[in-house]
Amino acid sequence: MEALLFNVDSGFLEGIVRGYKAGLLTQNQYNNLTQCETIEDFWTQLSATDYGNFLANEPLPISTSTISDRATQVLVDQFNFLRSNAVEPLSKFLEYMTYAYMIDNVILIITGTLHGRNTNELLQRCHPLGVFDTMPALCVATNVEELYHTVLVETPLAPYFRDSVTAADLDDLNIEIIRNTLYKAYLEDFDAFCQSLGGPTAEIMHRTLAFEADRRAINITINSFGTQLSKEQRAKLFPTIGRLFPEGNNALARADDVDQVRQACEPIPEYRAFFDSGPGGSSGGGGASRANGGAGSESTANLLGDLGDDLGGAAAADLEDRFFVHEVHLNKLAFLQQFQYAVFYAYIKLKEQEIRSLTWIAECIAQNARDRIHDFIPTF
Amino acid sequence: MSGTGPRENIFPTRMALTNTKLRLKGAQTGHSLLAKKRDALTTRFRAILRRVDEAKRKMGRVMQLASFSLAEVTYATGDISYLVQEQAKSASFKVKARQENVSGVVLPAFEVDRVPGSDFNLTGLGRGGQQVLRAKEVYAKAVETLVDLASLQTAFMILDEVIRATNRRVNAIEHVIIPRLENTIKYITSELDEMDREEFFRLKKVQGKKKRDAEATEAARKQKEAAELVQLPPDLAGGGGDLLGSKDEDVIF
Repeated sequence: MEALLFNVDSGFLEGIVRGYKAGLLTQNQYNNLTQCETIEDFWTQLSATDYGNFLANEPLPISTSTISDRATQVLVDQFNFLRSNAVEPLSKFLEYMTYAYMIDNVILIITGTLHGRNTNELLQRCHPLGVFDTMPALCVATNVEELYHTVLVETPLAPYFRDSVTAADLDDLNIEIIRNTLYKAYLEDFDAFCQSLGGPTAEIMHRTLAFEADRRAINITINSFGTQLSKEQRAKLFPTIGRLFPEGNNALARADDVDQVRQACEPIPEYRAFFDSGPGGSSGGGGASRANGGAGSESTANLLGDLGDDLGGAAAADLEDRFFVHEVHLNKLAFLQQFQYAVFYAYIKLKEQEIRSLTWIAECIAQNARDRIHDFIPTF
Repeated sequence: MSGTGPRENIFPTRMALTNTKLRLKGAQTGHSLLAKKRDALTTRFRAILRRVDEAKRKMGRVMQLASFSLAEVTYATGDISYLVQEQAKSASFKVKARQENVSGVVLPAFEVDRVPGSDFNLTGLGRGGQQVLRAKEVYAKAVETLVDLASLQTAFMILDEVIRATNRRVNAIEHVIIPRLENTIKYITSELDEMDREEFFRLKKVQGKKKRDAEATEAARKQKEAAELVQLPPDLAGGGGDLLGSKDEDVIF
């Protein structure tokens, strides 16, 4: 049924997004970019793509952060166009997508305000996708209590805050824990919203969000090894919509090392593949992305002496790359079905990944680390 | 004689000669000691130079790695600089200075004192935490290299200065003080010799004069005697002379 009436409201925007998607860089263009000797070459190559002359007014030399900022600006412009043309429930869907960035921004402002930082500087550092009208109001707060109430009143994130954080938490809890608690609440809420939309949107978005949830759970587990984060606290941060929920989450909550994480992920075939060549990845060259990083990491280990034993860290970094690859894969799958909203989410995520890849290539060119230049994740 | 080079303004006496000789000896000892010190410092200097070179190369590589690991962090998590700045509360990387003594030169040496801090070890909890940790470690290493380099560089500067000063002193002693003392000694010796010769000549002169005077008195005496002998006969003819004054052949006793 949804196919019948979908185009009445959202057909135009879906067409636009699919058009945008055609503008994503292709493998061929990535190949050209990696051949560049200087940032100027890089810029010339990019101006032949959809980015056009987004760097035209930048003074030389161009820094990699400028490239990333400008590319993000392109993405933000596209997103704002989509958003201003959207009607319910797509507009609500797009709004939900901005909440993830809002969480980051609010956390940033809370941290900055508690330390009495300059408001303008804080606002400049916020992610443009997560900007909301009442954001500057947050900076007015002077103490924790006031800040908490302002957040509740002024931000769309109020439900997440109300349910998971108290004013006292804001004061004595680590800001990262707050961030992840909020993110968990957000993911669950977003998933519930998608389920309410039903149809292919619910199906595809659940797949993507479940992966996102599992990725966070696994990452939080691995990253909390060796920190003062207790296992109970850790378990509270795991989103409950992933494919690992509930047994996997419980196993992760009890895990003490990477091996136990692997065992927890064993029941899901896709996740098992992440860990399969994990530890041997750097030596066997099994990882698609780190294939030619072997020589580099060897000299790194020599140079840094006692850092040689961080093989676990390298494996975890590898894992992060695999997550990215899988995320890109899931987002690409979203384009295979029509008459659903997941394409919007997928497009923004793919575009973000593309910006990251561009920044990575630019960084490699700028820092003359050509052996690592192929370690990005191509989208199409 | 004294015109061959600069010398000290001193009276050429034996006392001064002894003093100057003592000073020359002192200067020579000082020269050899300073030369030894210079050699020791130069050896040290060369070693430090080599280590500075190594450290600089290492710094280049480590800094490159460090900024690259930061790029990895940016790739995985985005910009975390602000959160890290806000959450850093106490210094986990401190530099301590101690002193090292090389041939009497005090060189500051900086030492790294790492406090295992956990100020922001939850940064990137949801994403990229491993990269953040790694970047932190790599940057700590980079700062360590910088601290090493700083202490080497300071030692290098100080040693350079001290070696210059020592060189100046060695050269000054070798080319100015010792020649001047030698000249002074030469001057005093030559003056003393001169005085000796003058004294000798004077003595000779005095002796000669005395001799001449003695001869003169002798001659005068002889003349007088001769004159007396000539005057004697008229005295005898007078008859009224002293009987005891001359021997009478007729008187037997």
